[in-house]
Amino acid sequence: MAQLLSPLPGTFYRRPAPDKPVYKNDGDKVAKGDVVGLIEVMKSFTEVKADAAGRIKFIAENEEPVMAGQPLADIG
Amino acid sequence: MKITKLLIANRGEIAVRIIRAARELGLKTVQVHSAADADMLAVRMADEAVNIGPPHAAKSYLNIDNILKAARDTGADAVHPGYGFLAENAGFADAVEAAGLVFVGPRGDSIRVMGDKVAARVAAEAAGVPVVPGSDGRVDDPEQARAIALAIGFPVMIKAAAGGGGRGIRIAHDMAEFETLMPQASAEAKAAFGDGGLYIEKVIDRARHIEVQVLGDGRRAIHCFERECSLQRRRQKVWEEAPSAVLPQAVREKLCASAVALAEAVNYRGAGTLEYLYDDETRHFYFIEMNTRIQVEHPVTEMITGIDLVREMIRIAAGEPLRLQQSDVKMTGHAIEVRINAEDPARNFMPAPGTVTELRVPGGPGTRFDTMLYQGYQVPPFYDSLLGKLIVWDETRASALGRMARALEELEVGGLATTKPLHQLLARDESVGKAQFHTRWLEPWLEANAHRLST
Repeated sequence: MAQLLSPLPGTFYRRPAPDKPVYKNDGDKVAKGDVVGLIEVMKSFTEVKADAAGRIKFIAENEEPVMAGQPLADIG
Repeated sequence: MKITKLLIANRGEIAVRIIRAARELGLKTVQVHSAADADMLAVRMADEAVNIGPPHAAKSYLNIDNILKAARDTGADAVHPGYGFLAENAGFADAVEAAGLVFVGPRGDSIRVMGDKVAARVAAEAAGVPVVPGSDGRVDDPEQARAIALAIGFPVMIKAAAGGGGRGIRIAHDMAEFETLMPQASAEAKAAFGDGGLYIEKVIDRARHIEVQVLGDGRRAIHCFERECSLQRRRQKVWEEAPSAVLPQAVREKLCASAVALAEAVNYRGAGTLEYLYDDETRHFYFIEMNTRIQVEHPVTEMITGIDLVREMIRIAAGEPLRLQQSDVKMTGHAIEVRINAEDPARNFMPAPGTVTELRVPGGPGTRFDTMLYQGYQVPPFYDSLLGKLIVWDETRASALGRMARALEELEVGGLATTKPLHQLLARDESVGKAQFHTRWLEPWLEANAHRLST
């Protein structure tokens, strides 16, 4: 089991746009490099990619403020 | 209606600026803030502060109910929206007035007309103000869109009718590109603004961005001359000046008169800015849009005219008639503003929130620093990267550039990467010195000078 940590401080989003479906649902299989969310830092968006393969379970919620290094999801 | 207590529905440096103006007018201040902003400078300065919700702006600074509740709970009788957030939200202006409060800005209906690019263009044409050749209004039919693009000639710009801040704009160089970009632009506009309406405009090559500051009281309007904001990155202004160094006096008079004509035609109330593209070669100007709020770069106008724009807009909102006649507005010398952002120019302007470990503010003659910073302040990652604006005034543009270089050298923001190194290079750049630039000058310059910014 690996923890996916936020690379930056900011706001975490689970979907690419408010009217789009989430990138991944809890329990989905992800491959290393899959985009699983976005971090918005000062109006600029950075993709969050899985750094391991496995089933994903989110810890952080959509639109949650996060700090750098804060766990976003478990992948295992 | 008399104002005694002003609520500031914004954050950062503009909230500080508004508190200063309010205090000089003898008003009490209420600063609303998100949970992430409890330590911001404006909260520390204001008479009262109210937490209006979580960090995410949609839940705090954009939450109309919470803002109105804060006004009720504190007995505020007026609301200043600043810029960004709800400043150009007509529904907010209406809601503030419906709650029996004064909105420091134009009537909701003016925001509705001038905030819609298509409606604004129609109003401009009716007032005799030149506009960029393009579609006469919004285009929903692809067939009609193709015909318009062919008629005005490529390259053309596809814009969201409800857009703003440079968002939702695409440029098509030929019909094939146009066919690809049209549906994308429409879908994006629908997602971002809830309105997929588009309009099409000719691209004016190598244009300058020149804008005119106006003040109106609903009956009469005056201008406070122009600003030039041609140095832009990703359509965001980074450096602004007043006056424009290249505008011949006869053109300046026509340009400013056109802005007054349009402001009066829509019975504009408050401070506003009419944005134009200016073509050096033909000396033609074209109205593009109006911003119905105070703007980030308003200080350069204040420096050359001596008028406190924020104080004037509060007076107008309180129902006072314009105190100034056009003949009272004189411009002297030259002012330059640079935006000090929490972005690292050495790393492609990556946002750089963090804690301010040291702060040295430039001073001396003709030097002003409008900022939200203090030593020990933790810049939150949730909002815009603007930390402050360094503004200088001097007798001539050449001496103002020298003063800017001197002031930048004095400025020290420890603990964060900022855009200061960019401005240090620009202040000494030969083309900048000659004011030889246009709105697409800076981006290639950044590529060519990347090595000088990476140290």
